[in-house]
Amino acid sequence: MTDITAPGLQGVPKVIVHPLTVRITHWLNALAMIIMIMSGWRIYNSEPIFPFSFPIAVTLGGSFDGSVDTHNEDGLAGALQWHFAGMWLLAINGLVYLAYGIFSGHFRRAFFPVGPSAVIRDVVAALQFRLPHQLGVYNAVQKTLYLGVVVAGVIMVLTGLSIWKPGQFQELTWLFGGFDTARVIHFIGMAAIVLFLIVHVALVIIVPKTLPPMITGRARAHQTESGS
Amino acid sequence: MLTRAKGLAEAARLIRASATARGLERRVFLKQGLSLGALTLLTGCDVTDTSAMQSVLDGISRWNDRAQAALFNPHRLMPTYPDSMAVKDFRYNAYFGQSLAPKIDGDSYKLDLSGLIDNRKPWTLQELYALPQQSQVTRHVCVEGWSMIGKWTGVPLRTFLERIGADLSAKYVGFDCADGYYSSIDMPSALHPQTLLTFKISDEILAPKYGYPLKLRVATKLGFKNPKWIMAIYVTNRFPGGFWEDRGYNWFSGV
Repeated sequence: MTDITAPGLQGVPKVIVHPLTVRITHWLNALAMIIMIMSGWRIYNSEPIFPFSFPIAVTLGGSFDGSVDTHNEDGLAGALQWHFAGMWLLAINGLVYLAYGIFSGHFRRAFFPVGPSAVIRDVVAALQFRLPHQLGVYNAVQKTLYLGVVVAGVIMVLTGLSIWKPGQFQELTWLFGGFDTARVIHFIGMAAIVLFLIVHVALVIIVPKTLPPMITGRARAHQTESGS
Repeated sequence: MLTRAKGLAEAARLIRASATARGLERRVFLKQGLSLGALTLLTGCDVTDTSAMQSVLDGISRWNDRAQAALFNPHRLMPTYPDSMAVKDFRYNAYFGQSLAPKIDGDSYKLDLSGLIDNRKPWTLQELYALPQQSQVTRHVCVEGWSMIGKWTGVPLRTFLERIGADLSAKYVGFDCADGYYSSIDMPSALHPQTLLTFKISDEILAPKYGYPLKLRVATKLGFKNPKWIMAIYVTNRFPGGFWEDRGYNWFSGV
């Protein structure tokens, strides 16, 4: 896909760095993640695993005070409705993305090869601000992060199914160490994804030219060759 | 008791109706700004209250009922555990404090029956105790996220429904409780072998706080689908809803 060229506005050739399927699934996934994480935080609040709760203001699930006033419950019903609606978006969009990534060769081209030595080299380079950022080509740190978050997403869906259906999917629940352990893994997976999001968004802020191609898919050809 | 609870439920509905009216003002704002950014800015407050958004979420919840009914395997048993793993001092759970739990006189207790049932004669506690009983040690999973293994003893609901000549092809079995609570389950779940009309917890007759004299144990559903202090059972094809279900919890809530 990267070698498809299109004439740019000023006659500078443009290349497609993000295929259309990747762009659509990326933004739908961003929406699904926000819904799942923020509604999940409020569900967590109803029975915290650790000695802290999330501030109501960053949770999703309708009016907290309204729920308390009219239903005598802590806004859990609304959060569950969002979570179990968002799961369909997350799962279907995720399956489309995985199928596309595997069968189109996108994963193979974009994420592999990646090995420990390349990761160490690129981490050192990044910390020295000497890591070249080429649009359309991922360095080893990016490959590791993107692969990692895909794996975390898959684990979130599987642990989510384990705690949603510890009866019908009891083998899956058993695989994750039982209901209570699966809940903890579901929480840790969330934490990993939130950490990824922080790094991911911070890097986009540091290198803003990476944002437009995730919307339009295109970048000027010379941009893809110069480092930053 | 039941009348008072219905009054409370009606009041809750009226309050919710006025909340919906307030929601209309917000809808314009939401329509203008339901982008990703707006969604994050609206955190923790008004997204769900907008009637349009709420009806979408309610619709998806009904869809989730159907998805779970399709997923439900009537022959699939929930995991069982050794007696030693059953918690003796089971967690008390209701929408009111423990001291407010109904205290029911077992001698004058009568279980009322109605709906699509051939023999609707009320049942005394002694008549219920005479039915064949069995025990189960299963995990009670609460909608809030906690879970607890307990031991329950009682008569399979299927046995009781067959005994009273209930229409087993009907869609729902509903329960009305002494505290004003009410709930309902689908017929396939009602007929599941691990669904018991329960008299005992931890080998002892239910204490008042655990639902004496009669509690439903549905191993295949979340805790709030296990009503306590049951006073009446009915069989119907008309969707009966439930106390928490009418407040937004998913109706099927299978585990």
